[in-house]
Amino acid sequence: MSRLHAADENIAALRARLSLIPSASVVAGSLIIHLVPIVAQAPAFPPLGLMIFLGWRLLRPQIWPVWAGLPFGLFDDLLSGNPIGSGMALWTALLIVLEFADNRLMWRDYWLNWLVATAALTFYIIADMVFSVWTGGGWLVMPILPQIAMTVLLVPLILRLCARLDRWRLSL
Amino acid sequence: MTSSGSKRPGFSRRARFGLFAGYVTAVTGALIGLGLVLVAAVDPQGFAALRGGMADLTAPVSSAGRGAVQSGGKIDNRIANWWNAGAQNARLRAELDIARQQLIEAQATDLENRRLRQMVRLIEGETEIVASARLVNSSATSARRYATIFAGRAQGVRPGQPVRAADGLVGRIIDTGRNASRVLLLSDRANIVPVKLTRDGTPAFTSGRGDGRVDVRSLEAGRNPFRRGDVLITSGTGGIYPPNIPVAVIIRVFGDSALAAPLAHPGALDFAVVQPAFEPPPEETGATGDIDAMPPPTTDMP
Repeated sequence: MSRLHAADENIAALRARLSLIPSASVVAGSLIIHLVPIVAQAPAFPPLGLMIFLGWRLLRPQIWPVWAGLPFGLFDDLLSGNPIGSGMALWTALLIVLEFADNRLMWRDYWLNWLVATAALTFYIIADMVFSVWTGGGWLVMPILPQIAMTVLLVPLILRLCARLDRWRLSL
Repeated sequence: MTSSGSKRPGFSRRARFGLFAGYVTAVTGALIGLGLVLVAAVDPQGFAALRGGMADLTAPVSSAGRGAVQSGGKIDNRIANWWNAGAQNARLRAELDIARQQLIEAQATDLENRRLRQMVRLIEGETEIVASARLVNSSATSARRYATIFAGRAQGVRPGQPVRAADGLVGRIIDTGRNASRVLLLSDRANIVPVKLTRDGTPAFTSGRGDGRVDVRSLEAGRNPFRRGDVLITSGTGGIYPPNIPVAVIIRVFGDSALAAPLAHPGALDFAVVQPAFEPPPEETGATGDIDAMPPPTTDMP
């Protein structure tokens, strides 16, 4: 009996650990993209943390509580050069808008997911640029276009990654 | 697939309240976030300590990978070279022709420069060095251009000190941590550097474009003094940047401004040097004023 109980507890502990996979992947995305040891001369990389965050959200609409953008956004702000607080506001705004969009849209498929992610990420990159203008930067239009294009093209890959992680999480 | 919609709590009062509380938290948090951005808009250095602390944490990790990336970049270049061999050959020939002409011009410029220096009796003393360290990472996803340098307060680095490399100016320190600091790169839109032309000493200033190049504007109205190939050096006006650090070379001339490429490439640097902030002699300060008083670039993005 006690052995069975111990096995149950082990499984429960394992489950708890596996339930951290989505959060851990978002944090890892933020860390990886901001710690890359490259000195970029233009906004060269996609916002990987947010992409993984949205990837999970599109794959499993109920995975994040609606306030989940606050801690993840703050963490991303601390690492990126964006003004602190911008990620908190923008990630949460995106999550709330997606919540409402989900109630409106009747159908969801791969292409629609891509379209939604495109709109969300484009909005995020432009809004971050505007925030950086407010906090002492300057307007930047041409240099962020390649970044937006690259980000949009990477979305399917991130969706795949999240799906793969999800399968791993649920099969263990 | 039909849309599953958002979380429908059903009739459970407790679940409904939980959902409502979640929204309240989210909206409050987002407003706090906006508030923090507004605080940063009023006082851009407000979170300097926090940012410096984060630089402390990230610099060691990035530093470990820096050597690998530098050699990785070289492998990349080799593949690209192989791929582009034909086109590159033609382009290099064309560039060589231009370079020969420019070499002669450069020699003339050098001669003139030396003569001018003798005229004003500029003595180039030993450059003082606060710290010499690697640039380890940068704000690669952001519209701002910051880099992290692996030297901080413990090494004597303070905000406002200029950062340079052997090739030229890199930027200036903006936040300091204990062992790492953040550098505002030359190509950031907010980084305005007072410069002068090596050819005739015409005062000008550069402002970053956010894409690795800088805009150059003359302080003299009415004519465009710039020519392609002109070299800009810091003038020392207003302090911070000491005079006579190479900054950029002009690559294209527009109506009343010019486009220039910085001489130092932060991405390819092994080490950068932090120097003490320059204080202009007192008789000069009254006439020239502060850098912040300089007019910002008026036109919008090209």
